[in-house]
Parts: sequence; C-alpha cells; structure tokens
Amino acid sequence: MSPLAIEEVKKNLEARLPDVKLRLVGDSLLIENPEDLPRVALFLKENPKFLFDYLSSATGADYLTFLESVYHLYSMAQKQGPVVLRVRVTKNNPRIPSLAPVYRSAELQEREAFDTFGIIYEGHPDLRRLFMWEEFQGHPLRKDYEQEDAEVLEAADIAWLEARGIKIPDEMKEKAKTLQAAGQRAITRKPEKPRN
Amino acid sequence: MTIFGWGVFKGMMVTLKNFLTSYFRKPDEGGIFTVQYPEEREKAIENFRNFPFLVYDGSPEKIRCVACGICERECPPKCIHIEMEIDVAGKPTRKPAVFDIDYGLCMNCGMCEEVCPFDSIFMDHAFEVTAPERNEGLVRNKKELSKSNEYFQKVRPTLASSIDQKRKAAEEKKKAAAAPQGVGGQAQPPQGQEPK
Amino acid sequence: MEIINALKNTDETQILEINFGPQHPSTHGVFRMTIQLEGEKICGLKPVFGYLHRNHEQIAENLPYAAIMPYTDRLDYVNALANNFGYALTIEKLAGLEVPERAEYIRVIMAELARVVNHITVIGFMLNDLGAFFTPLLYAFRERERILDLFEEITGSRLMNNFFRFGGVKRDLTNANLAAIQKIVSKFPAFLKEFEALLTKNEILCMRCQNIGVLSGDTATNAGITGPVLRASGVNYDIRKVDHYSIYDRFDFKIPLGEKGDVYDRFYVRVLEIRESLKILEQALAKIPAGEIINKKSLPLLKMPRNFKPPVGEAYGRVESPKGELGFYVVSDGTPQPWRYHVRAPSLINLTVLEEMCLGQKIADAIIILGSIDIVLGETDR
Repeated sequence: MSPLAIEEVKKNLEARLPDVKLRLVGDSLLIENPEDLPRVALFLKENPKFLFDYLSSATGADYLTFLESVYHLYSMAQKQGPVVLRVRVTKNNPRIPSLAPVYRSAELQEREAFDTFGIIYEGHPDLRRLFMWEEFQGHPLRKDYEQEDAEVLEAADIAWLEARGIKIPDEMKEKAKTLQAAGQRAITRKPEKPRN
Repeated sequence: MTIFGWGVFKGMMVTLKNFLTSYFRKPDEGGIFTVQYPEEREKAIENFRNFPFLVYDGSPEKIRCVACGICERECPPKCIHIEMEIDVAGKPTRKPAVFDIDYGLCMNCGMCEEVCPFDSIFMDHAFEVTAPERNEGLVRNKKELSKSNEYFQKVRPTLASSIDQKRKAAEEKKKAAAAPQGVGGQAQPPQGQEPK
Repeated sequence: MEIINALKNTDETQILEINFGPQHPSTHGVFRMTIQLEGEKICGLKPVFGYLHRNHEQIAENLPYAAIMPYTDRLDYVNALANNFGYALTIEKLAGLEVPERAEYIRVIMAELARVVNHITVIGFMLNDLGAFFTPLLYAFRERERILDLFEEITGSRLMNNFFRFGGVKRDLTNANLAAIQKIVSKFPAFLKEFEALLTKNEILCMRCQNIGVLSGDTATNAGITGPVLRASGVNYDIRKVDHYSIYDRFDFKIPLGEKGDVYDRFYVRVLEIRESLKILEQALAKIPAGEIINKKSLPLLKMPRNFKPPVGEAYGRVESPKGELGFYVVSDGTPQPWRYHVRAPSLINLTVLEEMCLGQKIADAIIILGSIDIVLGETDR
C-alpha cells in the first residue's frame, strides 16, 4: 500500500485500540508487543472499512539480533492492497501468538516458519515440523546454522549402524574417534576465501 | 430428452473418429506422430540448449577462451573449473590449461553463454551423453569440450554467422585504426566480403 | 475362545490407517498422506510434506540475484514461465526497473501460453486419475507438444525455460515465432470442442465429480486458497484484475466463476480459463508493437550479474500463476546476494483444506479431490 494509506490504517488502529503500540518501518507496521498481534489482525479482518480477510503470506526472517515474523494481508472483499505486519522477538525466547485461529491459511505457513527458524507460535493447533523429519535438530534458515557433513560419520552414527549389523571401514571409525575425543561435531567448513 | 448414457456414447464416437482418421491423416493433423527413434530423428531446433562447449578457430590451439574465469564465477551450480596456463617464464598466458565442466552438476541454464565476453563458450545440442561411472565419468575436460567453428556453424547457423560477422567487423576496425595514413590522407579499410 | 468371541463381534469395525505413500502414480509427485479409514470412508487425513525439499530458499541466499532465475524454473516445473514472471516482477519492484512495451507483450504471451499448457496438463491428469486411462491425457498432450516445441524454439528448452530477465526478456520473438503462435491459437478451439464433446456431458464423469469435495467460498477465503479452486467456489478474485500488474488491464477477458465448489466446477472453470487465455493471446498478437526487449539499464547486468546491488529494502511481488497466487518475498541488504528470500507457494497453501474436503468421502474420491486442487511437489516442498 502507498505510505499515505498505511498512515490511515495506523491512525485507525490507534484510535480503536489505544493500548497497542505501533511503529512505521518502511511501508509496514511493526507491532511492538507480540501479544497484541491477534487483536490487531482480528480488528483488520472484521472492521467494515478494511475487511482484510485474506492472509497471503506469513513468513519469518533472521536479522542476527532478533527474529522477525512478517505477515501480508489483502482484502478479497474490497480488492485492497497489502498491509504488512511485523513482529520481532529475540532468539532466546521466540514466542509469538499464532494467527491460526484468525486465519486458517497461517496453519501450514507457521509450521514452516517454526521448522526453518524456530519461532514458536502459541495457540497453533498442531505445531510440528513441516519439511524436516521429527527428530531433526536445528533450524536450517537461521544465519548461525552449521551444516552437518554428510560424508563423515560420528561416534553415535557408528554405534547405531553397528547395532544393525552394518560393517564400517576402520578409517571411518578412527576419524569418528578423533572427533569424539576433541568434542567436535562433523561440520562442513566453508572455504575462507571464495574462489572468485 | 436424452437417454441415459448419451454423453458416454458421444465420447465413444470421438474416440472412434480419432482412431479411424489416424490411419490416413498427416502427423500434424491427427495421424500417427510417433518418430521411430533412433532410426528416424526429429529435425533439430537451433536454439535448443543442452551442455556447453568451447569454440576454436581452425585448430584446437587457437581456442577462443582466455581463461578469464567469468563463466566460472557466474555458473549457478558451480560446475566449471578453470586454471590459466603459466608459461615457462612464469607469466600467465591467456589460455586455459585446465577447463573442466561437470556434466553431472550442469543444469543447462545457459548463463555461461550469456556472460562470456569473448564469444568462446556456447550451448551444444548433444544430448546422447553417456559415461561409464556416475561421478568421475561425467567430468569433461578441455580436449573433449573444444569443438571447431565449423561444427558451431553446423549446429547453430544463425548465431554462429552473427558472431563471425561481429568478430570480422571488430578485426577490420582494429586493422583500420592501426594502418598508416595513406597518400591522400584517408586510410582505406580492406575490401571485406558482403555480409551473409 | 477368543477367536470365537471375536467372530461373534463381527459388526465392530476398526479404524485402519494407511499410507497413501510417497510412491504412488496419482499423487502428482512424492506426496504422502496418512489416511484413517473406517471401511471405505475416510475419517481422518493428514498430509506429510518434505519429500522433495531441496532448500531452495537457502540456496538463493548464497547466489547473486540473476543466478536465482534458473532455480525458480524448478519450483513449479510444469509451467516455469509463471515462476520466472513472479521473480522478475519482484526484483523489478525492489530495484525500480521499468519494462519496455514489446517486452511486456512478450511476457504476457508467454505467460498465457504457459497457463494453457498447465490447464491442459491438469485436466488430462485429472481424467487419468478418474480412470479414463490415458486417452484424454494423450489427446491433451498432443496439443501440449505443439506449444512445447514452440517454447524450445523461443527459449531454448521445453520445460526449464529461464526466459525472463530483470527489465525484459532474454530473446526476441521473430515473425516466424509469432506466426507459429497464431497457428496454435487458431487451431486450439477445435481441439477444445472435441475435448468437451468427449467429456463434459459424460455421465460417468458427472456422477463421479459432482457434489464431491465441496468447498464454500468463506472457508476458501479464510484458508488462503487462491486460483481456480477459489473461483470455482464462487469468489471473484483474480490477481490479474486486482493488482493490474504488467499490461493485463489492456486486454478484455472475463473471469469464469463456479457455483458449487465441487470437483466438477474446478474442472470446468479450468476449461473456461483456457478459452479466456486464448482470447488474451489473440488480442496480444494483434497489438504487439516493435521495440526493445530489455531495459537499457539492465543490459550490463546480463554481462556481470555479480555487480547488481539493489537498494536496501524489501518487496513482495505476486502473480496469478495457473495454480493460484505465487508470491516472492525478497529482502535486500545492499549486497549482491539476497538477505531473505521466500516463495509463497500456492500448492502448499491450497492443501490446508484437503482434510476438510475429504472427510466422509470414499478413498477413490480422495484421489480426485487431490487432483482437482492441482498441486505440484516442486512448489509445495521447494
């Protein structure tokens, strides 16, 4: 939406919900307190002036010091342009109330944000990983995620394989023992300088 | 009033019509369009891009590539590996010593052809590419990748002729700029052939 | 004794949980559903994703913007041109690039051809899933082959086109290409007539598709469903008409709407959309002007993609892909690589209502309902 229209939405929100603190970031509304998110979304959905009844995209982003969850709302009834809502949380306590009770399209998209960023949505009916398998550790799209090396076995992997009767060559066992003694995990290292 | 089953009957008539006309219609109009590959082949389409190849003018030593490394940098899956040749004095010559393309990684996007500033790498039509092993067998080195300009003219006539024209015009401009001022003041460019 | 007791209580049924597994000819890719059955009726359905997850978003965070274009082809691999369109539109919004006239017309022509290809493929496969074993599918594929040969001449590849660039398109259309498109467009209605005679009033199709998998308009809006599935439920929302992106507001075309929201409506809305796309194609072919095909400012970008640094900011660009709303959310931090890149995939979101539509139906109907939603796993799992 154009900056003028976002100003109008912000004024309306501040008039109707006076205790919600908002801030304009670019063309989007930043909701300072994550707990206010469902109220703001419900207001935008049901107010007859706006009728933003369609949540197009709910995604996450990692900005190194904080995690962010971004929502794009459109109106199918009145064919109006996007309103972008943002919510920021820290990495130590990434809890945001879920928009799934308000918009059903957030169900699968919030599961994806949980899988890839680790943002925990409270009130989501079924919050589990979407793409990765259940026992996967880590959140891949965070900037500090370290990729496991697929070709080097660790001591725990060797124990699991040998318990199922698979023979492991000796050099792989030696490498795993050195890693375990050093207390490290098998991580791929990016080259220090890219080739070009 | 239509009897029950009339829609199915009409559908069967369509199938029957297609079946009977396939005997005497041309392939484009509803006849049999199967091409008995490999004895017959379809006409090759010039713009089809499959794997890349390098062009040389005349003999494989006169390869157009100068080992600048731009295609290596821009290749999205990073399947090109180039090393410039260093002559006995330690100075880099402008020729590649090693030019490897891993056909197993190449995704036929054509970015290398788009970014090459020296008109030396182009996309080939060859799709019957086989190798005895899965990983090493598909890496093609400089000797296998170099193909002559005549081959280039054969598979991609319009592109090859326009590249040839461009190179000829650039050469003539260079010769005209380097030629000494003749009697009368005007340096005459040599009479070139008419463009095709 | 236990056996005799068990035999006495034979009117108790158990809930059977089966795996509509990743390997299945009718799931349009590696898609898994765990279905709980009571006899032959479905009482629970949970889709499981991730079998084709290729981490497209993280790959894109390490590549320059122009190099991501070949990867976007592989998202919705049935019609790669729609994905290219969405991505090019988003980056043009982010960097403020304008597109010349002729390039806009070429983009619309290629996008509508891709829409025709996609809808024929979907209808053909849906009929294949119904049991009309391959005959309507191969009739549809005959027409699709003509269009794919055309794509090969213009873009270089039948499926993975990689044709759009920021600020225009890669290669111009020659007069021979335009004549070939005109020939396809004029022969297509005859094929559609034959297809409709084969199928639309077919009693078996009607009995198997009508009143199956009904979806109401309000549920669809709330669940974020877009595309032909939404329009078959009666909601008039087409991004080509709402957002006025590219030059779609110069063409005169209608939006077909359904009434009941069942499988038959979704199938028929797609047939009508093919007709509307043919109308757009005829108008575009008549009016296409001469001119450049790419913005002059982005020509150096074609030679050195690593130097393209869009301004700091974010953009969300969306297009009406044949499957729904395809959105790209790109956050740029001034470096040649994007900071955050997200694809809003219609196939994933449209599956939110799969369970609700399938409850109470028989398992053979679940296959048809899945086919009518039109998913492709490259997009769902990215």
